[in-house]
Formats: sequence, structure tokens, C-alpha cells
Amino acid sequence: MKALTLPLLAGLAAAGVTPATAQDLSIGLKSEATSMDPQFHQLSTNIQVAKNIFEALTTQDALQKVTPGLAESWEATDDTTWRFKLREGVKFHDGTDFTARDVIYSFCRVPLVENSPSAFTIFTGGIADMTAEDDHTLTITTKATNPLLPTELWSLAIVSAESLGAEDEITYGPEGTCEGMGDVPQAPAFNSPDIAVGTGPYKLESYTRGSEVILTRFDDYWDGTPEWERVVLRPITSDGPRVAALLAGDVDMIESPPIQDIPRVEEAGFTVVDALSNRVIYLHMQQVEEVPGISGTDGENPLLDAKVREAISLSVNREAIAERIMGGYAQPAGELLPPPMFGTSGRPVDPYDPERAKELLAEAGYPDGFSITLGTPNDRYINDEQVAQAIAQMLARIGIDTRVDASTASQFFSRRNALEFPIYMAGWGASSGDMSSPLKSLVATYDAATGMGPTNAGRYSNPEMDALLIEAMSTIDDAKRDQMLQEAETMVLDDYGIIPLHYEQTVWAMKPDLSYEPRVDQYTMATEVKPADQ
Amino acid sequence: MTETTANAPVRIDSPTRRIAKEFIEDPVALIGLILFVLVALIAIAAPWIAPQNPYDLAQLSIMDGALPPGETSFGTDMTYWLGTDQQGRDMLSAIMYGLRISLMVATVSLGLAISIGTIVGVVAAYFGGKLDSFIMRIVDLQLSFPAILIALILLALLGRGVDKVILALVIVQWAYYARTVRSSAMIERRKDYIDAARCLALSDRRIMFRHMLPNCIPPLIVVATVQIAQAIALEATLSFLGVGVPITEPSLGLLIANGYDYLLSGSYWISIFPGIALVVTIIAINLVGDRLRDVLNPRLQK
Amino acid sequence: MIVYLIRRLGQSLLAVVAMAVLVFIGVYFIGNPVDVLINPEATQADILATTQRLGLDKPLYQQFGIFIMNALQGDLGTSFVYGRPALDIILERLPATMELALVALVLSVGIGIPLGVWAGLRPHSIAGRTIMGGSVLGFSLPNFWQGMLLILVFAVLLGWLPAGGRGETTEFLGFQVSFLTLDGLSHLILPAINLALFKMSLIIRLARANTREVCLQDYIKFARAKGLSGRRIVLVHVLKNIMIPVVTIIGLELGSMVAFAIVTETVFAWPGMGKLLIDSINLLDRPVIVAYLMLTVLIIVSINLLVDIIYSLLDPRIRLSEMKG
Repeated sequence: MKALTLPLLAGLAAAGVTPATAQDLSIGLKSEATSMDPQFHQLSTNIQVAKNIFEALTTQDALQKVTPGLAESWEATDDTTWRFKLREGVKFHDGTDFTARDVIYSFCRVPLVENSPSAFTIFTGGIADMTAEDDHTLTITTKATNPLLPTELWSLAIVSAESLGAEDEITYGPEGTCEGMGDVPQAPAFNSPDIAVGTGPYKLESYTRGSEVILTRFDDYWDGTPEWERVVLRPITSDGPRVAALLAGDVDMIESPPIQDIPRVEEAGFTVVDALSNRVIYLHMQQVEEVPGISGTDGENPLLDAKVREAISLSVNREAIAERIMGGYAQPAGELLPPPMFGTSGRPVDPYDPERAKELLAEAGYPDGFSITLGTPNDRYINDEQVAQAIAQMLARIGIDTRVDASTASQFFSRRNALEFPIYMAGWGASSGDMSSPLKSLVATYDAATGMGPTNAGRYSNPEMDALLIEAMSTIDDAKRDQMLQEAETMVLDDYGIIPLHYEQTVWAMKPDLSYEPRVDQYTMATEVKPADQ
Repeated sequence: MTETTANAPVRIDSPTRRIAKEFIEDPVALIGLILFVLVALIAIAAPWIAPQNPYDLAQLSIMDGALPPGETSFGTDMTYWLGTDQQGRDMLSAIMYGLRISLMVATVSLGLAISIGTIVGVVAAYFGGKLDSFIMRIVDLQLSFPAILIALILLALLGRGVDKVILALVIVQWAYYARTVRSSAMIERRKDYIDAARCLALSDRRIMFRHMLPNCIPPLIVVATVQIAQAIALEATLSFLGVGVPITEPSLGLLIANGYDYLLSGSYWISIFPGIALVVTIIAINLVGDRLRDVLNPRLQK
Repeated sequence: MIVYLIRRLGQSLLAVVAMAVLVFIGVYFIGNPVDVLINPEATQADILATTQRLGLDKPLYQQFGIFIMNALQGDLGTSFVYGRPALDIILERLPATMELALVALVLSVGIGIPLGVWAGLRPHSIAGRTIMGGSVLGFSLPNFWQGMLLILVFAVLLGWLPAGGRGETTEFLGFQVSFLTLDGLSHLILPAINLALFKMSLIIRLARANTREVCLQDYIKFARAKGLSGRRIVLVHVLKNIMIPVVTIIGLELGSMVAFAIVTETVFAWPGMGKLLIDSINLLDRPVIVAYLMLTVLIIVSINLLVDIIYSLLDPRIRLSEMKG
């Protein structure tokens, strides 16, 4: 690694940057993994840490395109049957071979994990059966047609059946009815490197809660020798100290430096990379007759009128928010997923037109506007509270007197789900990188029985769109599905059922001798940090 | 005739004048007092003297966001002497309004806490016995727990809000006054004039609040000055931790907390100026309190 | 004395239980932790299943009954977030907080008493006035703001010390501590100063006031008249006489330092249990919040008791039964 030559800016801590031991890498993360068990908590922090140790049948590249992982190839033999050819010569950290038995064991374990606050069963629930034709050929049968199976498999980490004490013969059964599982170790056991055995490029060396996760290179990794001898992942949850840790040379790289600090980090000679994320920030509006938090309308809900919703969209100066509040690290959004991701149509961003917005309000019968409460979390998305305040400012300009009601995520989500806000701001990251994800969760008609619209706390409902979406979700043909999703999205946006604001951009900052290919899914993965001069 | 002796103007006035005279002998304390009066005036007059109403959203423009001190607005010709925050809010105005909320929260909670504490303290001292020991057990128990812990938990449960912060501050403060008042009232109770008042068959209430209470005031004032400074600091800390006042009514503490995110990036004014306002306020009160304690403490009179 | 101790313990236990009940019920009403914890893609059925798994679908009185039954067996519940016993998670963080609090305490006493005594002996000298002025400042700067300034100056502008985190730890008497390594020590300095400054100012004021009072006592005047050296008078008489109030304050303040560590740990990202409390409040991790409170209250109560006992040892004239608080 070349010696560092940093511009010594007046009194800046960059002076403290010392070349790390060439083979070591330390990363400051913005949150802490709650467990080393890759099947315990479906949380991005846990997943990104686990991805260093464990792998899955498929992987997703930086743009969320599905590529082969522990499965070399796969095909859908009919609407519900998939055949996977597993990679040969893959070893676990304990030296045993990876076979189909490990895959079945791993999928079987998911429903058996106790106390999970967000279980991975949402991916295994649809699997009817699994059979191993031989050690490296696996057939998976799904209950319903699921074109997204290969995408979803990325989330299911493969653990070692041997290390976890499985019997020799494992038979798959849905919802935790597998046989031959032995005594299944629970999440806390994964703090031990003897249990946290995967096939990934790094082995777990130690896990000190609140402090650090130490990983060491797995020399027998199937896909070449990993870059770093030792990787230290340190959760530094406060923004300021995380940046300071980078500036002071305590860590080599950090994720999500607060955007207001980026110019300073760049000035100090660090490399900053960013990428558009799959997360859209949106406004959702109550579509029921009786809503709390609105006054000046004689008890009517003005948001039921599409003209009012359009006026709200036109009143928002998305460029100004992206530039002034987000420091340029956001992109005005016209859709629910940034193009060219799957199912996007390239629809233009709504213009900023306060005059037209006022006209629309008048046409809808509210020439003097009304008063409304805008709900927002204040610790969830990048500068969320600031964005909400800016929106309140802009709505005030067209006569909608807006009060911002900001609360911590814990209270916000409970209150939102209880439909306490007439209009609220939130974000959606499509982990599958596919339009069906936001459509299904945010705008499909809320129906607990079918699992549609779980996050549709505006209770928007468009039966025509619902029908098209359901059809798309069971269409295996990608081109056809893409077309249907585009149509469905256009229906919702034409009706202003939801108002996209901006796509967040994810930022990483690192020492100048490192490079990182920014990921759409916002994950920070040690495996993809490379020395800059290669 | 005991009543007139206790309340006679000569006996009240002359110590007050003596205290005032002694107080201003210390120039540092005088500066503290002047600063405090100034701060209080600014807080009271904020809506009339602030250059901008920082909470009228229609007056703000994010195009003026994060301007350094001394810059002029893009839209109007207004000059932001202390800069603006991300929303384009004039920091000078925000600080004036923030002071207002900080002082309001502190004084209202102080008033309520003193009232409750005084009543409880006098009652405990006057009646003595089981009631006294029961009340004082509660007081002692509460005082043995750090105020910040109790307030933090209360607010985490209650949620944000000015009224809730006041409630939490009252709950953590009343015990200090109860203890202070009780201990001075205990001394008073043993004095002859109380017995005399009892002989005159005056009502308990009258004896407690007309006769005993006025004599408990000096130590109460000392505790109150210390506590009001603590209350302001505590409210700021709670707001910093995210459980204090809501964003729509920011106190100095919340302004500092908001600016904290921008401190490293060089936009120091968003956090530093409200911080200075807060520290000046607290120091001024503490200087006054220090001097008051010296003046009111008979043991250091020698 | 035994009767006294038992009564004190009884009262404190009552306080612990009352607090736990209040908080348990309070957190129940804030919101459903599943709303925060679950992956947003989860369907309504997944949410319901998770709620059931965490036992949150039961009515409040049932949840509370289960909690009490388990608590009586020493089990304070399983963290919703970590899926492990809440008490374990807190105990893991306890050493970091205790180390921070103890170092801060040593700093505040070690610096506060000498400065206070000095200022008390020479109240009108420049040094004496400077010390008092400094203590008013230390007393007035809100903890969090002072921490921010420390970071800004020493970590960001000067780059001498790290801005946060705990650094390297080594094992000492079975605990992970950071004061034995250079790296650990460098991480410890700023948070410890931050936590110590307020208490140091308190101790300076206390030591000064007591020194002044002691100096006015007849026996000091007598000692001076006898021709004892100034240093001896200070060391023997003054220090001996200010010990009692100082021990009280140390005892009471150690408890409050554990609580105030919440602020310091938040500012400096110190991985102690105060930081854990804030995180748990944000995630509505009720078992951890309740267990934290019970443990902290227990620590404070034990320290108070210990102080009382030391008190009676230092000054046999004080009988424990007469003391309160």
C-alpha cells in the first residue's frame, strides 16, 4: 500500500491518518448488528455483517442484479418448480464440504429460530418442498408461482449443518416440520466462532457487543483469496463521532457520513463515493372519510380529491430539497423506484409549480387552503425531520397551513399504523430491487387476509391496479412482468395515490488508498472494499 | 400581638435592604444580576424585538439555509446577524424564542415545584409524627435517585411536549423544596411565637402559612436559584437526548441539539450561539445564587 | 443498625418494584415494538405472528403477570431486539459504564479536593478566585454541550484524542477495561473529563466551603497559635474534617454519575449501558429498559447504604438510626 500523502489543511485531524497495517481494514458502521445469527433478525445491519461470513444460493451485485452464488445455475422447470445446480468444491470455515444437505438444513432452521423480532420466514413460508437429487442438485417447489424466488434466496444465509449438529439425513417439511434437525442452536450461540460457520470470505474471530466484530480471512475461500487479513467492524451510531473517527484515523472507512459533513471530509483528502439507493422518500395521504389532524374543511377530507393531491405534489420544490436539505445527495423522484430498475417507466418528475397548485386547490373548492398535520419520523431517514419541515414550508406557500409532528421511529411507526396522520412522510427501500415491492406494500388495497398493502397506512385503494399487480406477481416471463408493473405504477401515480419525493443517495467515505463500488441496496460489505491502486 | 411582630414591616424590610446592599457589593454578582435581567427581558420581549418569527413557516425559505453570520437573505434584504439554520431560520430570532421557551419551562416548573414542595414541607414540619416521617421518607427516596434518570424515563413514557417537560421537571424538583422548607419550618416550630399563636387558637392553616412560612423563605430562595439553573440545564439535556420539547417549539437545548449535526461540518453558528446563550443564562443565575447564599447565610456574616 | 439497614433495604426494594411496574405499563402504551423491528416487507400475517412470538398479543395484565413470575425467578425477560436475556445484555455493558464513572469520580475527587481546599485557605487570592470562577463555569456548562466542545477542540481541531468509542480493552480482574492500554486510555480521557467536570465543580465548592468553616473553628486557631506549620494544619485537621461531607457527596455522586453517563455515552458513543438505554427506548425494547432501571436503582441504593455505613465508621458520633437519605 502506498504511503499516504494528504493535504494538511489548517488544523484538520487528517494529520492523524496513518497507513493501516496493509492487510487490515476497519469500518465504522452506523448501526450495530443485533446478533451474529444470520437467520435471526431481518435487518440490514445484520445482513451486511453476516454477508461477510455467510453466503446464499444467489447473490446480488451492486445494482441488485441477481447473479450466481453458492448455486452455479438454476432454472424454473414449471411455474412452481425450480432446479438448482450447486457449486462444487466449496468449503465451510471448519473445513467440511458444502452440499445440498446444508441448504435444506438452513431453510429448515429459519422457522425454528426463537424470539426473532423480524423472522426470515417471509422468504421460506412459500416453499412447499425441497429435495436433493444428489449432493449438488436441489429441487425447490413453491406453493404459488413466484418469479422472485432467485432474488429472495439472496436473503437466506446458508449455515453449516455439521457445525450446528444436524443428523445425517434431513427431510424438508414446511413451517418447521423438518426431520433430522438435531438440537438446533439458537441465536446467542452464534457469538461463538465454532457455531457461526459459513462459506463466506471471512471467518468470525470475535464479537464484542457494543464495540466491534472482528473477522479474519478465510484462506480456503472458493472465489479467490479475500483482500484483507483482518476486518474490524465498529458500530459508531452517532453521526458526529463516526465522521470524527474517520478524520482521526481510528477507522479506514465509514458508511453514511452525514451529508453536511461531506465537504469537510473531502477537503481533508478522503475519498467519498455515493450511489443512488433503492430507497424512495414519499408522502402518503389518508384516503378514508374520517381523518384526524385536518381543520378548516368543515369536516371533509380534502385529500380524497385527486386535485388536492396533485396540488400537494406540485407545491413541493424537489430540486430545492435535494440541493439545500440533502446537500445534493438525493435525486428528485418521479417514481417509486429509481429507473432503470425493474418495472420503472422513466416517468418524469413532477414539476415545481406553486401557481398551478393554488389553482388546483381553488378548483377543488379550497381557495383558502386548510390546516393539516404532517407526520414524520426524526431518526429514520437522511435528514427526515428537516425535509418534512421544508415540505411544511412549501405547503404553507400554497395556503395549506402545515404542522410538522415529528417523533422517533419507534413512536412514529406505531402511530402511523394506527392511522394517526392525515399525511405522512416515510421511505421505502425495495430489497428485491423490483417494482412489485413498493406497489404491493405501499399502494395495493390493504387486506390482512391476502397480505396486500401492509404498509398502506393511507389506505389508498385502486382495484384495477390491484388486479394488474396480482397478475404481474405470478408472471414468470420477465418482459411481460416488467410491462405490467410499469402500467400498474403509472395508474397509481396518475391518480396521485402516493407522492414520490426523492431517492436517497447512500454515501461512503474512506481513506484515499481504498475504493468501494457503491451499492444500490445501501449495504456496506467488507468483501467489496479494495485498495484504490488496483 | 405576636402576629404584628412577625409581620411588622420594620422587621421584614430592613433585612431585605441589608441583603440588597450587601448583594451589590460584589461586582461579579452584580454583573450576573444585570445579565440575568437582560436575558429575561429578551425572553419576554422576543415576539416584539426578534427580527423574524422563526416559526411562521411562510416567512422562511430554505434557499436561505445555513447562511453564515452576517449574510443577507436572497429574497428579502434582511441580514442574518447570527446566520441561519438549514431551514433558513434566522438564528438570532430562534435564540430569542428559544430563550423564551427555556425560561418559561424553567419558571413554570419552578413555581409549581415550589408551591407543592412548600405545602408538603410546612405540613410535614407542623404536624410532625407519622405524617412527617412518611412524607420525608418519600422525599429522601426520591432525592436519592438522579433527577436526569427520573426525568428521562418519565418523558420517554409521556412523549414530547412542553407540558410534559414541565410535568417531569416538577416531579423531579418538588422534593428539594419540601426538604428545605421542612428543615427551616422545624426550627420555627419550636419557637415561642408558634406556641403563642396556638394559644390564640388560630387555625392550623393560618399558623403554617402566615407565620411559619415567611421565615422559611431565605433558604428557599437560595435553593430556588440553584434549582432554576439546574432546571434550564436539565431541560436542555432532555431535549438534546430527544425526549424534551417538540421541534415546533424549540428551546435552546433543542436548537443546540439540531446544530450538533452541523458542528463538525463547520456550520458552527447553528449550535454554538444557542449554546452561548444557554451558558450565559445559567452562569448569570449561578452567580446571583452564589452571592445570595453568602448574603443569606448568617454563619458567614462574621 | 441491622433493623435500620433492613428497613432501608425494604423501602428501596419497594421503590425498585414501583418503578418497574410504572415503566412496564408505560412502555406498553407507547407503541408496538414489532412496528419498528420488523422488516417493512412483512405482511400483516407476519406482523401478527411476530407479535405473538414476542408475547405482545396478550393483554397487559397477563404480560405483567408473566413478567412478575419470571422476575421472581431472577429472569427479567428476553430482549425483543437481541433475543437474549435482558440482564445479560446489560451486564455486558456494565463494566464500560462503571469504568467510566469510577475514572470520572477519581478525577473529580483527585482534582476537586486539592483545588477546593486551596481556594478555601486563600479565598481572596487570585488563585482562589480563579478556581471558584472555573467551578461556576464547570457547574454551568450543560454536560452535553461541554462534551461537544471537547470533541470539537481535542478530536477535530487538534486531533490529539479520538472522538468516540472505547478503543482497545484488556482483561482486568475478569472485566474488560480500557485504562490499561494506551489506546484505551486515549479513548477514555475525554468522556471521563466530560463526566467529571460537573462533579468536580461541586466538590471544589463543597471542599472550599468546608475548609472555610473549619478554618474558623477554635481548634484550628489554636493549632496555629501552637505554631504548627500551615501544611500540617491543612493535611491533618482540615482534610479530616471535610472527609465526611466529601464521602457523602462521593457516594451520592457515583450513583448520579451512572445516570449522567447516559449523556456522556451518547455524545462519545461509549458502549456502556446508558447508551444501551437510549437505544432500547428508541426500539421500545421493554425488557431491557425495565432491567436497566432495576439494576441502576439497585446500584444507587447499594451505594447509598454503603455510604451510610462508611459514614458511621468515620464518625462514631453519628448513629445510623438517626440518619435519613
